[in-house]
Amino acid sequence: MALRAAISARVLSSSSARGARSMSSWWQGVQPAPKDPILGVTEAFLADPSPSKVNVGVGAYRDDNGKPVVLECVREAERRIAGTSNMEYLPMGGSIKMVDETLKLAYGENSELLKDKRIAAVQALSGTGACRLFADFQRRFCPDSQVYIPVPTWSNHHNIWRDAHVPQRTYHYYHPESKGLDFASLMDDIKNAPNGSFFLLHACAHNPTGVDPSEEQWREISYQFKVKGHFAFFDMAYQGFASGDPERDAKSIRIFLEDGHQIGCSQSYAKNMGLYGQRVGCLSVVCEDEKQAVAVKSQLQQLARPMYSNPPLHGALIVSHILGDPNLKKLWLKEVKVMAERIIGMRMALRENLEKLGSPLSWKHITNQIGMFCYSGMTPEQVDRLTNEYHIYLTRNGRI
Amino acid sequence: MLPPSSYFYMMGNFGLQILVIVISFLQSLGRITMAVAVDVSQFESITMAPPDPILGVSEAFRADTHEMKLNLGVGAYRTEELQPYVLGVVKKAENLMLERGEFKEYLPIEGLAAFNKATAELLLGADNPIIKQQRIATVQGLSGTGSLRLAAALIERYFPGAKVLISSPTWGNHKNIFNDARVPWSEYRYYDPKTVGLDFDGMISDIKAAPEGSFILLHGCAHNPTGIDPTPEQWEAIADVIQEKNHIPFFDVAYQGFASGSLDADASSVRLFAARGMELLVAQSYSKNLGLYAERIGAINVVCSSADAAARVKSQLKRIARPMYSNPPVHGARIVANVVGDPALFSEWKEEMELMAGRIKSVRQKLYDSICAKDKSGKDWSYILKQIGMFSFTGLNRAQSDNMTDKWHVYMTKDGRISLAGLSAAKCEYLADAIIDSFYNVS
Repeated sequence: MALRAAISARVLSSSSARGARSMSSWWQGVQPAPKDPILGVTEAFLADPSPSKVNVGVGAYRDDNGKPVVLECVREAERRIAGTSNMEYLPMGGSIKMVDETLKLAYGENSELLKDKRIAAVQALSGTGACRLFADFQRRFCPDSQVYIPVPTWSNHHNIWRDAHVPQRTYHYYHPESKGLDFASLMDDIKNAPNGSFFLLHACAHNPTGVDPSEEQWREISYQFKVKGHFAFFDMAYQGFASGDPERDAKSIRIFLEDGHQIGCSQSYAKNMGLYGQRVGCLSVVCEDEKQAVAVKSQLQQLARPMYSNPPLHGALIVSHILGDPNLKKLWLKEVKVMAERIIGMRMALRENLEKLGSPLSWKHITNQIGMFCYSGMTPEQVDRLTNEYHIYLTRNGRI
Repeated sequence: MLPPSSYFYMMGNFGLQILVIVISFLQSLGRITMAVAVDVSQFESITMAPPDPILGVSEAFRADTHEMKLNLGVGAYRTEELQPYVLGVVKKAENLMLERGEFKEYLPIEGLAAFNKATAELLLGADNPIIKQQRIATVQGLSGTGSLRLAAALIERYFPGAKVLISSPTWGNHKNIFNDARVPWSEYRYYDPKTVGLDFDGMISDIKAAPEGSFILLHGCAHNPTGIDPTPEQWEAIADVIQEKNHIPFFDVAYQGFASGSLDADASSVRLFAARGMELLVAQSYSKNLGLYAERIGAINVVCSSADAAARVKSQLKRIARPMYSNPPVHGARIVANVVGDPALFSEWKEEMELMAGRIKSVRQKLYDSICAKDKSGKDWSYILKQIGMFSFTGLNRAQSDNMTDKWHVYMTKDGRISLAGLSAAKCEYLADAIIDSFYNVS
């Protein structure tokens, strides 16, 4: 017995001498990361065997049968693209054609800024990638700056600016009592922030609350930004998706541009073109003049190069085919309207049903809010109950 | 400008009133000026970034109108007609995907499961016990660059202060990646200009001298930019010294299948290390071997000593990816999964890789033959044949490389690297002339 133990000990020690680290690991100190609060919901949903499960967690559009949707204009674009690409690297700044069309959407077809070539813009990895590039850019060129982020916001915003090493502060946004905008506190925060602060604004269809400032309120915000010399960074992930009309959804940005702000903007085609997994978006920064725009663009590319070298092609081809062809573009606008209207219809139906069931609470906020999400006002405990008992999956902040 | 007080004395009472009016007018102007000053950019002082040394070469080539111009800059494969090449299997896979009409939903943060499985198996071999034991954490990344960046961020977070050793020279973007990820790096000797070969003793010595627990960045095959790879015996010795110093091997595998034509042969260095029970990092890319340059498809793999460690590491890689791009692009991943997952397509892919690697080997030979036919000095040019993969280190210095471009319209990087993928058999003679002229007539 003892001999056997001695022999096996010798065998063990000789094999571990070879790979000195084979028993213990370099990665001992690595803790399991917490599940992402949004994408983790889908993971849990997929793992649930219940036949009546419902996923109202992640922000991906579904048709009336709960199925993912690929837009007709996208399918047609793909048919046209098939076999035509040579797979060569895009430039570091991505597809120029796609970026040009994308800027027209945000800034307006006849924007003077576009004519004067004052916008530095690069193709980015959807909205996340655009925000991250900007955060890294902000860190590098305004190293003493902070970013003001609304409460609440898309949870990944915090991760992005944190990993970019830009300190964060918050500003008031959501008013829980009215389930609307806390405009007075919002304006106070803007006034109290040091001059020249960076603010993250949701251009339309605020995520997660669905609460947007009115046009009048946007004008006041813009004016106060001018007084304080603040920098406005717009995250526009839902253009077209909020009201059904992309021009209308860009109103906040247009107001700021009219007032002469030099803004930054993140755009995404994940939702409004249903291109989620293709990761296609755009980061733009308005500059003083063409020369500065060229310099800024070169620096954005310099940040992209050690992250992914150049962005993926397929999604960009789809976008430029659709937006570059008047008929496909018309079809896209129609399809976006259908998606937005279905959601607006769902809001009304949900509210009516709750009221019909005799709920004593007020559910007005469901139809007051806009975009893909509804901030229901449910607590984390109530959410857990919905998930555990009814197999309804949503994020714990009560966002549907 | 005099202080306001001196003006009071000079102008007296009436002047004072005028002054007050003037001052308030100027102050109101100042308020307007402040509002106008808001229009001055926050980014006023930003200067132009330098052109990327590699991608910048292609831009310069495009601008050149000379008829004999040759682009031996960026590492993208070209056919004999010097055209880009989309692999047959890629076209077939894309058609399959189009017919199926697949959804465009978000991938999970770690990427397409079928792709991750396929890529780990390609790297280690499908029967490798490491895979069965689930000791490998694989996360889809944005080609080689993106995968390296994820690993760099992991190193920065969990091994603060640990250094990465990179070869001298190495791919130009490696240092950018570690710089932006805030990981300190230093170089180990690699290229010996005297032999135009490997400075093996220098390499071993520098790896030995590095602080214990450093990360050693190794090119799995077809070293970029030199084309010089260690022999199997040398790989064993490198593994010995890495183990001795408790370093972590970090492989960049961008040319598996592309170097020799064989996926297995090109993975032998990685497999050698893995077979010793070492933990390692491996970044992979499908840009070259599947010609999927534009679709940004690759993976970061971390081989761990336990399944538990692998699971934890994977979760942290996801945490790094989420604030970078949320989840990776689906198109390239589906193409790889379809090609590898279908025996007929997989077979066809292997044939196409052999064709690509074969063409490169043959232009190497032709270039060597052309040079030897023209250069009667007895100089040994055989290193051109010994080198492997897309690139060749010509041994030309910066001035000589400039001569290649300025006089001969041959575009290459300043370190003397040429991409053989961009060379046709028809242009070998011309290139030979250019190299000989630059080597002998320029210093």
